[in-house]
Amino acid sequence: MGIRNNNIFLVGILILVALALYVVLPLPHPDWLARSETSGGANNFAGLKLGLDLQGGTQVMLEADTPAGQTLAAGAMDTAKRVVENRVNGLGVSEAVVQKQGDNRIITELPGVKNADQAIETIRSTGQLEFVDPKGAALDQGMVINTTNRPDSVQRAQAAAADGSADAVPTPFPDQIFETVMTGEVLKDAQAKTDQLNQWEIAFLLTSDGSSKFYNYTSTHVGQAMAIVLDGVVLSAPRINSAIRDQGVITGQFTQDEAESLAVQMQYGALPVPLKVVDVRTIGATLGQDSVRSSLIAGAVGLLAVFLFMLIMYRVPGLIACIALVFYIIFLLAIFKIWPVTLTLPGIAGFLLSIGMAVDANILIFERMKEELRAGRSPRLAVEAGFSRAWSAIFDGHLTTLISCLVLFWFGTTFGASVVKGYSLTLGAGVLMSLFTAVFVTRVLMRSILGNRIHSSEASHAAIGF
Amino acid sequence: MFRIIERRGWWFALSLIAIIPGIVYMAWSGITRGYALPLSIDYTGGTLWEIRFAEAIEPGHVRQVFVDAGFPDTTVFTIGDDKTVQVKLKSINADQKATLQTGLEAKFGGAYEELSYRSLGPTIGGEVSRAALLAVAVASGLILLYIAWAFRQVPHPFRYGTCAVIALIHDVLVVISFLCIMNLIAGWEIDALTLTAVLTVIGFSVTDTVVVFDRIRENFRRYRGQAFDVIADRSLVETMVRSIGTQVTALLVLVSILVLGGPTLAVFVATLIVGFISGMYSSIFNASPLVAAWEDRSLLPRKTARPATDGTPAAA
Repeated sequence: MGIRNNNIFLVGILILVALALYVVLPLPHPDWLARSETSGGANNFAGLKLGLDLQGGTQVMLEADTPAGQTLAAGAMDTAKRVVENRVNGLGVSEAVVQKQGDNRIITELPGVKNADQAIETIRSTGQLEFVDPKGAALDQGMVINTTNRPDSVQRAQAAAADGSADAVPTPFPDQIFETVMTGEVLKDAQAKTDQLNQWEIAFLLTSDGSSKFYNYTSTHVGQAMAIVLDGVVLSAPRINSAIRDQGVITGQFTQDEAESLAVQMQYGALPVPLKVVDVRTIGATLGQDSVRSSLIAGAVGLLAVFLFMLIMYRVPGLIACIALVFYIIFLLAIFKIWPVTLTLPGIAGFLLSIGMAVDANILIFERMKEELRAGRSPRLAVEAGFSRAWSAIFDGHLTTLISCLVLFWFGTTFGASVVKGYSLTLGAGVLMSLFTAVFVTRVLMRSILGNRIHSSEASHAAIGF
Repeated sequence: MFRIIERRGWWFALSLIAIIPGIVYMAWSGITRGYALPLSIDYTGGTLWEIRFAEAIEPGHVRQVFVDAGFPDTTVFTIGDDKTVQVKLKSINADQKATLQTGLEAKFGGAYEELSYRSLGPTIGGEVSRAALLAVAVASGLILLYIAWAFRQVPHPFRYGTCAVIALIHDVLVVISFLCIMNLIAGWEIDALTLTAVLTVIGFSVTDTVVVFDRIRENFRRYRGQAFDVIADRSLVETMVRSIGTQVTALLVLVSILVLGGPTLAVFVATLIVGFISGMYSSIFNASPLVAAWEDRSLLPRKTARPATDGTPAAA
């Protein structure tokens, strides 16, 4: 291997380091790179996106709640995922993640949302909107009634109240089934707003088909009441004062949260299949920030200990290994930023651990070199032999760690354990990167030190240090 | 020479000493409590709720709120400081949570902060358990196959793979044993992160074992004709420094995190440390002696006359 090749490699490595530094340091970056830096403060750290466990937030796993004996319709989950996604965005949660999981589950991450209960209920409620003819019955906000499309609402509500899983609700008309005259399909848009008296209401727009249906109904029923029902619960039962064509307003005793939640449910259509919550976790942000800081301090101390160890044990090659290790850290951080990897606390631990493991390839190589020197080889040949002979052990060892990472990745993806998934990615990336820096980079640097002049044996030994 | 292979009886006994407390715990716990391992809600399902109050709180008072609401199987204890409690009960839905929150507010005023909340249905918990076992089994299987393939030019390559896997299972058992003991002392539990730690330990422990096996493979070629025990001993001694060295750097970082990092990662990192030390031990004192035992067809060394073990090489 000529020395000119080595110089080319050396220059190449230094260019890569410079590029990586540019990516990692807080310098002005082009848009595609700066996307995770834009919202500063709580949800990123050194330009890296923070996971839920570090910035606080909620993760929910929803499962299709098909009644016993019914199978899930094809495509139902895809539609459900779309509706959930729209609702999550409609709630204004930034950087939310919605993913389908297996055949019948959806996982949603809501960063920064702490009081998640309202959000979750908004997202998972069926959202079946109906305009119902009360036919003279005095319907009021909050009542549960049976409708043509939902003939068993009352029964279900009473059962839930009986077994304690829900509060009791007023059901003054338990046996009557009210006629559904229109469904939520007529709606084009729904927004929550306040009126002049600061009461919250929901303003809605109708589609062109919806407009004609609405107009036909309202023009023939002026003076009568029309009930607006969501999932079997009466939202409002206003009197029709005049025919309505394109738009209207639903008024009632709504808080801001309620109005916004209703607007979101009305706007994006009903879920084709009911969803139930099978796993919910909420993390407050306070735990996260402290942990990051202390982990990084611990990591820095650990790194210093590793540097000292390498320098004491292997002197000059040890120093080269330390330089390669610094390059390793810079490269890895750059990749985390470009990917982008979401940083979790175990992910930080995995990253720090991989730093500790990155040098083990170097230790294998250097021990091999020592042996070759003891056996009488010249320093340059000992260096080369060290690298080539140690390679098989290094490769086999790293591969087995990668096998573990793959299995962990599968496990994390299957169960929405994004923490486990993040850890497997950081550790796996670290193992691969360490193959590069510990073997290739170190070899290039070692060769550069030995240079292209024929050293005397003593000089070479001095250069290496042992 | 250290005669490690010859003394393998001792090493196997030491391993048993490390594992037996765990087995005793599992038997005792299975009989008295109905479950063998201290599993967290990740595997059993349930609700875990960490609440920090404005002032020091009596766990019994908090528990009363839950019992009154219809959850008699609630456990509450303080963690960290005396204002923070961890409540554990069966899995609940949003309505039930709202009711409980109302109850807490009524009793303690609104002055509390929810640090974390987790509610997991039992079906998911069961799935996670099965997947965890599957993950360990699959990882072990893949590793066995890979090592058997990598060592295909050595006689009996599957032995190396199998012995590496036995050493790995040993490490897993040591880790579980450690966690069981810590459960008795400090209430530690096995959760999803534990699985992460176990799989990392597996990956890393095998790395270490492979370093030794690699040297055996090389010495086998170089010193043909010598007894396997002798070759193995020589390989162990030659690789001991680097075997320990590669673990030391990882341990330096881990110990640093354990001491200086926050409490959130403490259980995870402690598990990793115990696993790595066990991995270091098993690579040297379990994996290779097992291969030798297999050669010998006897777990303990037979009492036969052996050639001199200072091993002068037959050829360069």
